[in-house]
Amino acid sequence: MKLTRQQRELGTKFWIYLAALVVSVICVFPFYNAILTSLRTGQDLFLTSYLPTTFHWENYVSALGENGVGRSLLNSFLVATIAVGICLLVSITAAFALARVRFRGRKYILFTILCVSMFPQVAVLSGMFELVRFLGLYDSIGSLILSYTTFSLPFTVWVLTTFMRSLPVELEEAAIVDGASLWVIITKIFAPIMGPSLVTTGLLAFIGAWNEFMFALTFIISNENRTVPVAIGMLQGTSQYELPWGHIMAASVVVTIPIIVLVLIFQKRIVSGLTAGAVKG
Amino acid sequence: MAQLTLEKLNKRYGDAAQVIKAIDLQVNSGEFVVIVGPSGCGKSTLLRMIAGLEDISGGNMYIDGTRVNDDTPSERGIGMVFQSYALYPHMSVYENMAFGLQLAKLPKDEIARRVEQSARILQLEPLLQRRPKDLSGGQRQRVAIGRAIAREPKLFLFDEPLSNLDAALRVQMRMEIAALHRRLKSTIIYVTHDQVEAMTLAQRIVVLNRGNVEQVGTPLELYDHPANEFVAQFIGSPKMNLLPGTLVSSGDTESVVRLWHGKQLTVPIATPASAEGTKVKLGIRPEHIEWGTVADAPYLADVLFVEHMGNETYHYLDSGKLGEPWVVRNSRRSDIAAGETVGYSLPPEHCHLFDESGKAFARRAVGNGASCLPGMDAPPITFAEPARTNVMH
Amino acid sequence: MTHNSESLLPSAAVAPPPTASAPGRKRSLQQRRARAAWVLVAPALILLFAVAGWPLLRTLFYSFTDAAMDTPEEYNFVGLANYLDFADGERFGVLADPLWWQAVGNTLWFTACSVSLELFFGMLLALLMNEKFRGQGLVRAAILVPWAIPTIVTAKMWGWMFHDQYGVINDLLLRVGLIETPLAWIAEPTLSMWAVVIADVWKTVPFMALMLLAALQMIPSDLYEAARVDGATAWQRFRRITLPLIMPAMIVALIFRVMDALRVFDLIYVLTSNSEATISISGYAREQMVSFQEMGVGSAASVLVFMMVAGIAACFLWINRFSHEGKEARE
Ligand SMILES: Nc1ncnc2c1ncn2[C@@H]1O[C@H](COP(=O)(O)OP(=O)(O)OP(=O)(O)O)[C@@H](O)[C@H]1O
Ligand SMILES: [Mg+2]
Repeated sequence: MKLTRQQRELGTKFWIYLAALVVSVICVFPFYNAILTSLRTGQDLFLTSYLPTTFHWENYVSALGENGVGRSLLNSFLVATIAVGICLLVSITAAFALARVRFRGRKYILFTILCVSMFPQVAVLSGMFELVRFLGLYDSIGSLILSYTTFSLPFTVWVLTTFMRSLPVELEEAAIVDGASLWVIITKIFAPIMGPSLVTTGLLAFIGAWNEFMFALTFIISNENRTVPVAIGMLQGTSQYELPWGHIMAASVVVTIPIIVLVLIFQKRIVSGLTAGAVKG
Repeated sequence: MAQLTLEKLNKRYGDAAQVIKAIDLQVNSGEFVVIVGPSGCGKSTLLRMIAGLEDISGGNMYIDGTRVNDDTPSERGIGMVFQSYALYPHMSVYENMAFGLQLAKLPKDEIARRVEQSARILQLEPLLQRRPKDLSGGQRQRVAIGRAIAREPKLFLFDEPLSNLDAALRVQMRMEIAALHRRLKSTIIYVTHDQVEAMTLAQRIVVLNRGNVEQVGTPLELYDHPANEFVAQFIGSPKMNLLPGTLVSSGDTESVVRLWHGKQLTVPIATPASAEGTKVKLGIRPEHIEWGTVADAPYLADVLFVEHMGNETYHYLDSGKLGEPWVVRNSRRSDIAAGETVGYSLPPEHCHLFDESGKAFARRAVGNGASCLPGMDAPPITFAEPARTNVMH
Repeated sequence: MTHNSESLLPSAAVAPPPTASAPGRKRSLQQRRARAAWVLVAPALILLFAVAGWPLLRTLFYSFTDAAMDTPEEYNFVGLANYLDFADGERFGVLADPLWWQAVGNTLWFTACSVSLELFFGMLLALLMNEKFRGQGLVRAAILVPWAIPTIVTAKMWGWMFHDQYGVINDLLLRVGLIETPLAWIAEPTLSMWAVVIADVWKTVPFMALMLLAALQMIPSDLYEAARVDGATAWQRFRRITLPLIMPAMIVALIFRVMDALRVFDLIYVLTSNSEATISISGYAREQMVSFQEMGVGSAASVLVFMMVAGIAACFLWINRFSHEGKEARE
């Protein structure tokens, strides 16, 4: 029997909704599981139950306080914000020159920037270690600010260059005719117009800095200067074989929630920012 | 207002071909000059060189006698209106117009005075606090013009300012710009590829082709006395018909041309003796070809198709193996249908003659029919072969 | 030159520049802009050189020395000994270390597995997201969650889910009946790499899917309509229209992901504690450098990592150009 067109469409719809459901569950379940665990203590932890059983906030209290994750949150926030701020400042001027001015060497600079974005971090680790010690930044968040600023640069410059190219040339020419200097054009015309793109790019760079692990692990040794990823990675229980899963999950949830909230608020922009970087690759 | 002089102006992009080739041009104070030409001929490039947005590769440019080759746009004291308006999207209309004045560090009350004055001229007063995105196309264009006016420039530059507007709005803005010029009496250089705009706005037209100036003149000069085939075909719509022939005899007042099918035509055009026997082209505008009866008219042709515009009618006549059909334009309705054979004549006082290289021979007659040729009676036409056969095939 | 700033005023007489007397003394607009451009890119270039380029050179330098991490000032040149050395008929150095080769194998295996799985699932997900259905916004929000979660958190979360006794994965598999006894996902060498791959795929499929989705959405829909009219089946439409058109974007996304996977470190470091079965080349280099304090050997390993990544990147570029030229030649 041949299915009618309507029946066939209904069938397709069914599969689409089923797939969407499965995908959503797989994406969200691990985090959901982390939340469940973070709310359990003692023997409850080892229940494999898929629904909330108890609501204990102790894990959060001890993770943030005793384990110093609260302090790390502040460090992470400081490092990421300052690094992204400097990085945007430096890259908006560079992006303007690369997108808008015809000058010799532009291609090489773009290529260099692309290359640096593919650097394996470990390749600069010992050299950076030396530099950081030389600058007296070892075991201080200054070392992370320096390295995150630099390693976010290729991405931000690249994305902002793509965004700037999409702005009409005539806008800039109108400003030139109005007697605007390059600096005025950048600060009074381009920066305000690119506000949304700056937010997107900054957000992506912020997430990158927030999540970075290798430099943070290597350049910081004292507990109170750690950033969040290292703090979570280093959480230890009383004995080596008994990881404090409740605390770990609580800390994980705490550091993830702000990022997830940000990402969900700026969903559309983030998607366009992510793809803008790649389209012109 | 300012006077602009271009002296052997050149532009070359890198090693690519020359885009502007040694242009000489003088724009007088208070004059409205329109630069026309086909797409890619270098109009925008030339305008942007005048503005200072594009470097000058060679030659000199003077504003009021001062060489300004290396001055920045703002130092040149120009105002420019762009095709895409180029309004600053994050500023209100007022801020858009005030921006340049603020950069020039004018006192606040002077800025307010100038912005309000130009807003009044362009009836923008109710819109001053709006953002560009809340304006219609015509309003945006007015703001762009207002921004230029507020700077009180010596020289206004317009790059195809109307091409983003719809047809009705274009006509209206065209009249506004003309009125503006009458009011401000400023020097204006206006780029367009629309010859109607050129004809209606310009005091003088510059026809540009592949980076060369083909001709400079008033609109009617260009229409009546095109210097060459290019200008002849570029000005006027539909474009001028060109009929191949040979110059049989030359003269100071009239010349005889043998057309491609053997018939001869005497036209009131001066030709040098040296041109005798060379190939020439006879040009006639579609609106000047006249109908005759099949029995009497000197030429016959088949009508390929007819286009009715309402106010006028275009007839396309089969030109045989010469390729493109001739066009005849009538301001009346016509009941001639496709497929019919018609007779027509070529009034000699409306004919143009071009030599092999496309250069025009000097015409003595001027456009408007017999009135322009007081000394001449009905122009003599001789036909070598008054046969009625359809020579077109 | 106070005139210059005021010369905007048409009323203020423009200070006449030396008329034609010194052509070229004053720079033209483009020249001035080109100069300013260098000033504008300078901060970025200086930062990149000082904090990325210079350390890279220093790493190269240290790879020829026997420096230790706590006293980097004291070193002797040892030539290529950190890379490969022969002494008493035995071979030393990174290239003679079986663990290095194990790490190379692990990294390549990890990259190949996770990137191809990501491509596959990312494509499915992109095709799904390209359909119109209600609740699409929710699904998009859901797939952004794995992308947003910090890698370390991912590692911890999956580490907990892979827990041999209390983990959710084992519990589910037992319930479904796929396994009889719980598996030691993290401890068992044959399984631990799979655990890493699964966690990585979960985290990075969204990125791949979003890239591919962006490319899919650029395909004009009338192409599909035309193909439908021509009677192409769904598979044919995918093979003949979708795939060729998104190929460029796919290759870019692929290169991004391969480069990223080759330098994997944090996921493995936290999820499996850098066990031998999963250690990556980055992990190996860092272990030599920080855990064993062997700055020289670690630097040598770092240089090798760099060369490997750069080599693979160059291969990609070369293949890409080659296929482009091939395409142009055919056209
Ligand atoms: N930056 C550039 N580099 C190389 N060639 C260029 C550049 N800008 C313009 N050209 C070339 O210069 C020629 C003239 O361009 P221009 O923009 O002045 O044409 P136009 O007359 O304004 O055309 P349109 O009516 O389409 O606007 C074109 O052939 C164009 O290809
Ligand atoms: Mg143009």
